[in-house]
Amino acid sequence: MTNWETIIGLEIHAQLLTESKMFCSCSTKFGAKPNTNICPVCTGQPGVLPVTNKKAIALAIKTAIILNCKIEKTSIFARKNYFYPDLPKDFQISQYELPLAVNGFIDIEVEGVKKRIGITRVHLEEDAGKLVHKGSARIMGAGESLVDYNRTGTPLMEIVTEPDIRSSLEAKVFMETLQHLLQFIGVCDAKMEEGSLRCDANISIRPEGANKFGTKTEVKNMNSFRAVAKALEAEEKRHKEVLQEGGKIIQETRFFDDIAETTIGMRSKESAHDYRYFPEPDLVPIEPEHAWIEEIKKTIVELPTKKAERFEKDFELSKADAEFLTSTPAIADFFENCAKHYSKPKIAANWIMGDLAAYLNANNLTIDKIDFSPLKLAEMLGLIDKGTISGKIAKIVLAEILKTGKNVQDIIKDLGLTQISDESEINNIIDEIINNNPKQVAEFKSGKDPVIMFLVGQVMKASKGRVKPDMAQELLRRALS
Amino acid sequence: MNSLTAHELHQLLLNKKVSSVEITEAVFKQIEKNEDKVKAYVSLTKEKALKNAEEADKRIRSGENIPPLCGIPIAIKDNMCTKGTRTTCSSKILNNYLPPYDATIVKKLDDLLAVPTGKTNLDEFAMGSSTENSGYFTTKNPWDLKTVPGGSSGGSAAATAADECILALGSDTGGSIRQPASFCGVVGLKPTYGLVSRYGLIAFASSLDQIGPITKDVTDAALLLNAIAGYDQKDSTSVNRPVPNYQNSLVNSADKLRIGLISDLMGKGIDEDVKKAIKTAARVFESMGAIVEEVSMPTFEYAVPTYYIIAPAEASSNLARFDGVKFGHRSKEAPDLINMYYNTRKEGFGSEVKRRIMIGTYVLSAGYYDAFYLKALKARTLIKQDFEKAFKRFDILISPTAPSVAFKIGEKANDPLSMYLSDIATIPVNLAGLPAISLPCGFSKGLPIGLQIIGDAFAEEKTLQAAFAYEQHTDWHKKRPKL
Repeated sequence: MTNWETIIGLEIHAQLLTESKMFCSCSTKFGAKPNTNICPVCTGQPGVLPVTNKKAIALAIKTAIILNCKIEKTSIFARKNYFYPDLPKDFQISQYELPLAVNGFIDIEVEGVKKRIGITRVHLEEDAGKLVHKGSARIMGAGESLVDYNRTGTPLMEIVTEPDIRSSLEAKVFMETLQHLLQFIGVCDAKMEEGSLRCDANISIRPEGANKFGTKTEVKNMNSFRAVAKALEAEEKRHKEVLQEGGKIIQETRFFDDIAETTIGMRSKESAHDYRYFPEPDLVPIEPEHAWIEEIKKTIVELPTKKAERFEKDFELSKADAEFLTSTPAIADFFENCAKHYSKPKIAANWIMGDLAAYLNANNLTIDKIDFSPLKLAEMLGLIDKGTISGKIAKIVLAEILKTGKNVQDIIKDLGLTQISDESEINNIIDEIINNNPKQVAEFKSGKDPVIMFLVGQVMKASKGRVKPDMAQELLRRALS
Repeated sequence: MNSLTAHELHQLLLNKKVSSVEITEAVFKQIEKNEDKVKAYVSLTKEKALKNAEEADKRIRSGENIPPLCGIPIAIKDNMCTKGTRTTCSSKILNNYLPPYDATIVKKLDDLLAVPTGKTNLDEFAMGSSTENSGYFTTKNPWDLKTVPGGSSGGSAAATAADECILALGSDTGGSIRQPASFCGVVGLKPTYGLVSRYGLIAFASSLDQIGPITKDVTDAALLLNAIAGYDQKDSTSVNRPVPNYQNSLVNSADKLRIGLISDLMGKGIDEDVKKAIKTAARVFESMGAIVEEVSMPTFEYAVPTYYIIAPAEASSNLARFDGVKFGHRSKEAPDLINMYYNTRKEGFGSEVKRRIMIGTYVLSAGYYDAFYLKALKARTLIKQDFEKAFKRFDILISPTAPSVAFKIGEKANDPLSMYLSDIATIPVNLAGLPAISLPCGFSKGLPIGLQIIGDAFAEEKTLQAAFAYEQHTDWHKKRPKL
């Protein structure tokens, strides 16, 4: 039995978070009525010319910086020529020779082991439109096909990795790490299911120790992290089976069938394109000035891995906690600001990861979209420490703040949630409890000491939790002695 | 009245001797009289013309500051987009195309209240040198209706020569302004690449195309260049630099002007009468105190083959969008997508366009790109360097605009190579992106000969001055065809 080594390289497309399209000023907003975000330029009317969106270049440069790439002094756009109805000009403006940035890497961690994946290039291009077919899933055989050019011209960033990935799991982790990075620096919302982050893979296998690569196939249509893992697992298995039976792998493009969890070959004729790339004569080269790149560098926040390490150290958090708190820049900022105003970071972390996260999840919100400040959380936690409210009451207070956006103090006052510390007031409640529970009082007096806890519970209930339990116990014992 | 120039008419308008509506009516009367013979226009826009003429007259009456082209009838080559007005590129594939926007230069002229007479005929998608490749009809040379007006801006040149407009816009990819200007005995100026916005010019070869004036004299060329030159945000290849007032360069002096006569364009393949006229022109310059020396441009022999790789390569991609999906002609024989593409393009494009799309597709194909396209780019660089060297020695270069005077309709129609060679003097200028003007400098067998003056990049002023000085010393531009 041969031991095989799997070689994977990924080609990722990420939609950039710009307001307007790559080469015109149309909105990139998702979900508009078909063919409303269009103009002569993005519908390829005769005579129009493209004008490059500077913001898109800035976002791609930002990405190139965090992917440790070399940003080229001169890069050029090229035309990729092919006919298709979702491509109004029948060529896509992309980059071919002289891409925006080259030679970078990302470090990933797979099952506790760190690994570096090389980035071959980062380049810019425009997205195509969307086709809807009637009577068939594909254009061939459809009775009618409609095209929506709203997405046409949306800025895309292509990221190509070196063939450094060795398993489907590594591929999945790479994609997750990349997603996290892109979201973290705010260049892409990077949702695979929604198509704002897409990925194709080149995969081949070779006998362990061999120098030469095997024949590769390209796998398309992987629309989730799970699909990336499943598709590459299936394709890896297929390669092994073919080769072990003495067969040959044909270089081709294969589609992943998400339901059957297998890959399906296309007719090689369809994938044997000659795109006739040549330099786009309607655009001038991109020559980013050093000062501009430095300016972009300044907008890059501390990256998640570094931040997590710092949180672990500075705030004495577990690795898992630190990773959670650095999952987005907004959460990290929230936590850090709260920790500035409250001295027990672990407790603040627990509240953020517990009640707050549960609320956000349940309501499908993110921390930057709610009317709640780290200062309010710090204030509330301070009130617990001071004994003004109990931890239990604090849960009610937090829920109320999130619901109404009111101040901590106002809520406590409005709902009458302050802890009762006046002994005579507590004794009034205790007298009532003793009167209403003669049986338990008798039991306690006959020596069944644990019954005290039942009575404490009754006091808590009657006071709606506003009495500190240890104080209730102490005063109960005094009253019953 | 319609035989006057724009600057003459401007004075008459300012002095209220004539109204724009009267000029416009006169031009349309001339069109009515002669258009059957000349066939310069694909579409006329009389309604829009009269509307602008009335507006212009209002503005003139109000005594506002009146720009030189206000109220002046101008013809526009039919490859420039005019919002809501049919724009065909003289191609069947765009027979029904109504652009949803105005080209930048169309908008600029409209803002000045110039009067658009109509859209002029061209070789389909500007591919040709005679208008015989028009998808509709061939325009006739007003000097001899049996000969071609040149091309591709043959409609604009013929309309100008036949007084069917006061001036016109052409576009020049390999000589398409200058060669028809030469054939029709008018002035044609191709500006430096990047001086005039290409936004709205339906692209033939993007790295070579440039819009420019076709006029009855050099002064009008300067006025029209003033109106259309300048940076446009919508055209990334337009150059952001201050635009001078080209009227200021109309100085009647060529004293100490260093002129290079391109010897490579004075030898084999050039008609004797043409050579004689150019030599005489050189002597006219010398008489004004200019210093004329011969200069050799050894890379010129590669210009035509270089051009016929780069231009078709870009065209094959530029013309891909005419696919029947979004606008223009769509074949009725469209059982599926592939056949819709095939049949639409088969029915919509003429044979020269198809030939160039095939050449362009071929030279960009895997395995041929390096041997053809890349090599052509290198040759283009060498041609540019030849010019750079020459402009260290000379202020301007001169040559014939075309190897011959206008040829007979049909004479070269079936011989594309000989047709391609008729652009030998103009093509190198486009490859180097330089400005050049063609102006009348004599006659052969009753047909006009054109003198080409080439300037260094953005040296339109020097080029115009040399042309103006020459014009002041000659009468060729005053000759008019008898229709």
